[in-house]
Amino acid sequence: MSARFSARRRRPLLALIACLPLLIGASEPRLVPDVSNTQIDIAYSFTGAELLLFGAILYPGGRAPAPDTDVAVVIKGPAEPLLVREKAKVAGIWINHASERFRSVPSFYAVATSRPLDRLVSPRTAAIYEIGIDNLLLSPANGASASEQARFESGLIDLKRSTGLYAEHVGGVSVREGVLYRALVPIPARVPVGQYTAETYLIRNGHVVAVATREISIGKSGFERFVAQAAQDYPALYGLAAILASLLMGFGAALAFGRVRR
Amino acid sequence: MHLYLPIAGLSVNALVIVLLGGAVGILSGMFGVGGGFLTTPLLIFYGVPPAVAVASSATQITGTSVSGVLAHSRRQGVDFRMGMVLVTGGAVGSLAGGFLFRLLQKTGQIDTIINLLYVALLGWIGLAMARESVRAVLAAREGKAPPPITNVRHRKWIAALPFRWRFYGAGLYISPLAPLLLGFVTGLLTVLMGVSGGFVLVPAMLYLFGVSARVVVGTSLFQGLFVTATTTLVHSLTTHAVDLVLAGLLLIGSVIGAQIGSAMVQRVRPERARMMLALIVMAVAIRMAIGLTWRPDAIYTVQLL
Repeated sequence: MSARFSARRRRPLLALIACLPLLIGASEPRLVPDVSNTQIDIAYSFTGAELLLFGAILYPGGRAPAPDTDVAVVIKGPAEPLLVREKAKVAGIWINHASERFRSVPSFYAVATSRPLDRLVSPRTAAIYEIGIDNLLLSPANGASASEQARFESGLIDLKRSTGLYAEHVGGVSVREGVLYRALVPIPARVPVGQYTAETYLIRNGHVVAVATREISIGKSGFERFVAQAAQDYPALYGLAAILASLLMGFGAALAFGRVRR
Repeated sequence: MHLYLPIAGLSVNALVIVLLGGAVGILSGMFGVGGGFLTTPLLIFYGVPPAVAVASSATQITGTSVSGVLAHSRRQGVDFRMGMVLVTGGAVGSLAGGFLFRLLQKTGQIDTIINLLYVALLGWIGLAMARESVRAVLAAREGKAPPPITNVRHRKWIAALPFRWRFYGAGLYISPLAPLLLGFVTGLLTVLMGVSGGFVLVPAMLYLFGVSARVVVGTSLFQGLFVTATTTLVHSLTTHAVDLVLAGLLLIGSVIGAQIGSAMVQRVRPERARMMLALIVMAVAIRMAIGLTWRPDAIYTVQLL
């Protein structure tokens, strides 16, 4: 209990230390971020969640808040290596004919911004901080030509977008009088489990002036967690349990319908 | 009512899944097919990952088959000897299928192979059954006795196989190698396609072997019961893709549906029942053939490395 408590206390401190290089300029504002829940539990009735990211912008030396302050919030799921396959029509039917490997693809990516991306930051800055779906670095690994890589990349991104795992919420962040910001990011029901990061960028004149990171863990809980773990850790028992359950249900139905007498 | 499936990793409308199970259960009780040939594609269409759909529908068929087998065995509608031979072949077939599944998965052609298998098998069987049942219905309308199901009582190549056994329930004196091979093929199909193989077994036993129609459905369910149970275990051990919640929902619907189906079958004339099954089978085959040639919604697919 106490260990957990201290870990929680340490997190803002770490965030502060991470921001130190930015603070050394002294004249730039600082972010105090928070998030509605650092733990999302997937239980039997899970149909998605909403993550509220909010916080304050502190200006050093009691300076007046700047009205042209923008905020971008990026939520990223654990990265995974993927193989993307492309279908083509061969002899009248559609089959997989080409593939490309990507070394690190975020399993989930959502960005919420207070303004359209192209008016928020320069393309260079967006690429450095990976703000925006098109600025993700997916690390293709096959050594194919650049145009071919781009084709697979856009195919992969379209697929992720259509399942709701990649999303851009333009105008999803509201900044109030240059001091308070809040962003509401929907988390779809198909969200993969794992350790997520929520990065908040404070942007002025197209430059990132402060960054703050919070961690969010998304995991299965209760019965769902038990089932998923049993399937991984005790596959033989799990399989036997599945067979037994289906046998019993079949037998039970037969009994209930009076087909088996005595 | 939405429920989260822990292995599939998505939330589904529980009622839809239960109703799907119920519809499949009715078919199962009526025709002795597991109904996997409908469940698997429909689940995939609903967004369930293919591996989970295949594995969980195998689990469901186990439960559905139990009530069917119990009902049929009371009426002496199961040839246990034939069943055991089929099961032995099926067990070997499902192991070989697991190996083949992984091989095809590596080359990335598993989806195409599965679809082609569906189209070829369902199309062929659907046509054969339709032809036979239409003839029987026409004969019945003209007041004639229905034509014999098989013209050749024992196909030549089956009769040529060595050491014959007597199968009393089936009314046959043939080599066990033929049903062993048939069992092997259905075992392969179970692992690859998530079907119990009933839609292959029933026509094969009727038209190829000439098994007595009285025991065909029961014996097919008997073999499906064991083979799908083995498949559930194989999938649990290798792909970890059996979703208990999904299988449970399907089961609730299908065990009830199976009872309704086997009650209904006694009110429908068998040749008409076969014609209905033939139409359903052909409809699925046509739908899948169209799916192969039309431009798919998703040109790109991903696989975890």
